[in-house]
Amino acid sequence: MPRRGTLKLLPLLGLILILLLSWTLWSGMFKPLLLWLGLFSCLLSAWLARRMGFFRLQLPLRTLLRLPAFWLWLLREVIKSSLEVARIVLSPSLPVSPTLVTLTTDESTESGKVILGNAITLSPGTVTIDMHEDTLQVHCLTREAAQALQEQEAQRQTARLGLG
Amino acid sequence: MIDSVLEIVSWVLMATGGAFVLIGGIGALRLPEFYTRLHAASLTETMATILIFSGMMLQAGLTLATPKLAAIMVFLLLTGPVASYAVANAALQSGMRPGARGLEENDEGDAR
Repeated sequence: MPRRGTLKLLPLLGLILILLLSWTLWSGMFKPLLLWLGLFSCLLSAWLARRMGFFRLQLPLRTLLRLPAFWLWLLREVIKSSLEVARIVLSPSLPVSPTLVTLTTDESTESGKVILGNAITLSPGTVTIDMHEDTLQVHCLTREAAQALQEQEAQRQTARLGLG
Repeated sequence: MIDSVLEIVSWVLMATGGAFVLIGGIGALRLPEFYTRLHAASLTETMATILIFSGMMLQAGLTLATPKLAAIMVFLLLTGPVASYAVANAALQSGMRPGARGLEENDEGDAR
């Protein structure tokens, strides 16, 4: 697989169009100088995206449709674990039991692995510290958090995004 | 009426967010080693970000500022974990061992 991917015209034009639209909406200023600067920054962003291998990745439409449900689950997790971590930090005895767990994932795509790793890091109390092929090392603040991770709920939720 | 309700809700959200920033700071000072301190930082990074930005979006109301705030919040939430991973992985790669035990060792009881 070529690192930067073959450049297809349609995705490139699509990206530039989205960038132009969002720039215009968010800037709200229409002086010629600013418009030229905007066009320049859109083209620069598209070039950087290509350099980073953005067009190598594919995001199926079904993933976008399932994203809201995923985020809702993530929000619930974040709230639950935030309260737990806040309780630990504020309790005088500081009841931490740092635990390291190794998880495996079935996600075959890079995006899927990144989403899984980030979702685990996003909820306080668990941080992905290493990822290699299909294993993740996760550092947990407490043993309970580590045991909860082993129930593989994060993997199931990520799989539901249907990234393949 | 609805205005004052929105006002109160948004202030409660922002104040709670501020409290989480404070707790994250306290945690970063109290917790013992590098990897556990990272967990306190993620309190500030996620929960506080969500709360403060929701509060600010309620303040901004139905203006162009609200989608901008939402976009900033999403960008912070997407890049925050990447930064955490970069910091943690850099520490791991340069040979800092986590003072953590595996799950099985922990199960056998607290023999230190």
